[in-house]
Amino acid sequence: MDGQTSTVTPDGRTIGGVVMEMRNITLRFGGVIAIKDISFDVRHGEIRAIIGPNGAGKSSMLNVISGFYNPQEGEVWYKGEKRKPMKPYQVARQGIARTFQNIALFDGMTVLDNIMTGRLNHMKASILDQAIWWGRAEREEVANRQKAEEVIDFLEIQSIRKTPVGRLPYGLKKRVELARALVAEPEILLLDEPMAGMNVEEKEDMCRFILDVNDEFGTTIVLIEHDMGVVMDISDRVVVMDYGKKIGDGVPDEVRNNPDVIDAYLGVAHD
Amino acid sequence: MFYREAGDYKTSYAQDNQTFPIAFDRYRYYFVVAVGFALLPFVMTDYLANAILLPFLIYAIAAIGLNILVGYCGQVSLGTGGFMAVGAYTSYKLMTAFPWMDMVSVTLLSGLMTAIVGMAFGLPSLRIKGFYLAVATLAAQFFLVWLFNRVPWFFNYSASGQISAPERSMFGWAITGPAANPSVKYLFCLLFVFVLAWLARNLTRGSIGRQWMSIRDMDIAAEIIGVNPLRAKLSAFAVSSFYVGIAGSLFFTVYLGAVEVGASFGIQKSFLVLFMIIIGGLGSIFGSFAGAAFMVLLPVALTRIFADGFGWDTALARHIEFVIVGGLIMFFLIVEPHGLARLWALAKEKLRLWPFPY
Amino acid sequence: MPDQLLFAMEVSLNGLMTGIMYALVALGFVLIYKASGIFNYSQGVMALFAAMTLVGIQEGRVPFSHLINSIFGTHITEFGFEVPALLAILLTVAVMIAFALFVQKFVFRHLVGQEPIILFMATIGLAYFLEGVSDLMWGSEIRQLDVGLPQGINGAIDNATFEALGYGFFIDNLDISAAIIAAILVAVLIAFAQYTKQGRAMRAVADDHQAALSVGISLNYVWILVWSLAGIVALVAGVMWGSKSGVQFSLSLIALKALPVLMLGGFTSIPGAIIGGLIIGMGEALFEFVVSSNDLFGAWFGFTFSATENWFAYVLALAFLVFRPQGLFGERIIERV
Repeated sequence: MDGQTSTVTPDGRTIGGVVMEMRNITLRFGGVIAIKDISFDVRHGEIRAIIGPNGAGKSSMLNVISGFYNPQEGEVWYKGEKRKPMKPYQVARQGIARTFQNIALFDGMTVLDNIMTGRLNHMKASILDQAIWWGRAEREEVANRQKAEEVIDFLEIQSIRKTPVGRLPYGLKKRVELARALVAEPEILLLDEPMAGMNVEEKEDMCRFILDVNDEFGTTIVLIEHDMGVVMDISDRVVVMDYGKKIGDGVPDEVRNNPDVIDAYLGVAHD
Repeated sequence: MFYREAGDYKTSYAQDNQTFPIAFDRYRYYFVVAVGFALLPFVMTDYLANAILLPFLIYAIAAIGLNILVGYCGQVSLGTGGFMAVGAYTSYKLMTAFPWMDMVSVTLLSGLMTAIVGMAFGLPSLRIKGFYLAVATLAAQFFLVWLFNRVPWFFNYSASGQISAPERSMFGWAITGPAANPSVKYLFCLLFVFVLAWLARNLTRGSIGRQWMSIRDMDIAAEIIGVNPLRAKLSAFAVSSFYVGIAGSLFFTVYLGAVEVGASFGIQKSFLVLFMIIIGGLGSIFGSFAGAAFMVLLPVALTRIFADGFGWDTALARHIEFVIVGGLIMFFLIVEPHGLARLWALAKEKLRLWPFPY
Repeated sequence: MPDQLLFAMEVSLNGLMTGIMYALVALGFVLIYKASGIFNYSQGVMALFAAMTLVGIQEGRVPFSHLINSIFGTHITEFGFEVPALLAILLTVAVMIAFALFVQKFVFRHLVGQEPIILFMATIGLAYFLEGVSDLMWGSEIRQLDVGLPQGINGAIDNATFEALGYGFFIDNLDISAAIIAAILVAVLIAFAQYTKQGRAMRAVADDHQAALSVGISLNYVWILVWSLAGIVALVAGVMWGSKSGVQFSLSLIALKALPVLMLGGFTSIPGAIIGGLIIGMGEALFEFVVSSNDLFGAWFGFTFSATENWFAYVLALAFLVFRPQGLFGERIIERV
């Protein structure tokens, strides 16, 4: 793959050119180096996985992409432009949405309100408009509600739309979080361990949703996952990290046979 | 059995978004508004207005304002007294400098001025969180009270340091000053309450309300999904202070007529309004009303019982009030952090299913 | 040396002494905050309550006499005997421990795991409650407190500075003993936290509730211990302030003075509380001295600047926090998702 031309996967999806590129990213916390000189790219429409043992720096990488951490060195290129250091909410406005490893829903709000927060970058009514409500604010609310309802239907959570999020079980919370990210209609969707702590059935559901999102909306997905079986099944290309360094990058089969990766996972002793 | 959603079909999202989705609630709301506007003014007495209704209405505005900041946006403020003072002193300066100005404009401009001051003191909220911020808002409280107490320009160099509201009327009815009729004062305040509560309801159910709540529930996540914390927090401070400023203005112009800043807008006032929203319910417009009513009625009731009923010292009744209020605050925080409004909602939930809960 | 400078030195020295008092109150906050994450707004009222109880016991007053007299129509106020200071102090300590038990059993045990801000608001409720109880028990009149601490201007310092600088500094003996007692108290507390089993348990709980629980430390016990310690610190602070200016409602407001001290020093640091107290005590005294003695300010603003100590500490702490949100000695905050 040369990064410019589009290719077609065996299951018939089209993968386009490079949409995001990390160049020589280094991230330090005081003396601790979380990410060391990592480069990789993400192509339009693909499912890109980042894997690695605990503490490898995967979540830090995702936080760099979503603007929560600013790396000390390196550049993030997005849609062919170098990204200036920006605040997380500015990154979100550029069309990058995400979910969190430890669910970060707004517990005091209903499922519907949580999902509607995902639409906020599509809502333009001023505070004055909203205070008066009639007219612009109400029209906008209804239009965006429609969008939210589409996602609710898609993820099959109609029955809980008015339930406060705090009362939901873990698996549903994860699904609501995905809905909140999805409803923003992002270009790139970042998923931080979307299947952590789920049982087999819930994992299967989640896999199906991820593949459907990618397939139906053409959303580019970057995901972190521990379950190797899942990762190898659903992702197009995989980056492997260990101790903040990149030790492998390629399609699942390449990565699976990479000796460094096997070392990192199985802990083979070097002579 | 009339308290049902069943049979009351919603056919659009707009209908689903309305404030009172249950028909009975809607009618009860119309009824309360009708009694408030059409009946009460004709049975008004001085005692009813001054001891209960005026303080209730004015504190309700302040409580809605503080609830927007604390209950919806999660930024605890202990500067309410100071911000009420800004509203009161702005009104005083406007009324004395521009005698031709009508009272609605005076009140609204006082709210605007307070919103600006509130935003300035809200700026640190971008760096400081939780009770660090709560303590920081005390800076506003003490500084503002000191300012109005010490800088003679604010009280027009009067010897007593007090400010008193000159008489102003609209449509031939005196609103402020000793000649004002209690019914007129009441209606003037009620009008503000009605409009402000409606605006607050709209703000809290829309996009900006969701931004506030997302900041309250998890500020980091909110920022990552695209909420601009600067805009969300400062708008909450501005809207909240606008309400609190209007409450302070009405408190001075319509209710008391003359105030001394330390006595009327001290830190005790900040706590009083905070208690109203804790007892009434954090994050609830209805709760702001319930809390204001409770905190206004409690001392009246206790004085009635202990001082008038048993013939005890009024100081003793006041001490008992402290114990009860303090105890209730702890009780509500332990049992029901969402206050009276939540208890009300639970009762309604039961009623919806009554008499066949299963 | 010019007179102004000498005055300023005297003012700052007195400010430092006041600062020690602030630090003493702030210490009570830090203790509870470290062990339970509760920011205890009622610390000031606890000081008032402790001092009131001490005076009440010393003078042999009947608790709740006002209430009893109102209900039964009697006229009892005093038992008719006086209790020696030392015994009264011990009895007050017992009352403060009983208060700690009460608070833990009825309030904070039920609030475990709540957000810090809810706990903070609960302590505001507690402050009101305790103030009401204090008034009901002992009345709300101003009381004189005397436990035998030396009072008046220290002659030795006055003479020594007069000989050295030609101007005698006026330092109150009470302030000096407060400084000494505060120093001893801090040393004892640090020794307690470092070298005793209870102290280790306390630090363990402060570090991580869950982990402490899992190695068999009783949270309940540690919290009662900490509230008792805070009660004793409150008693010391109450005695100091009470001896200085009488025991009255305004004593509870010293808590409001301790808050900016904490913001400056960080909520979790004992040395921070002390240094923060000193900075604020000296800063506000000097600021007031400069702005009120200097005619320039009056000329600029058209009014005399005075009573700035009401807000100076807060504005200083606020300005400081904007640049260093965790305070002077607080632990650095790293945010995670």
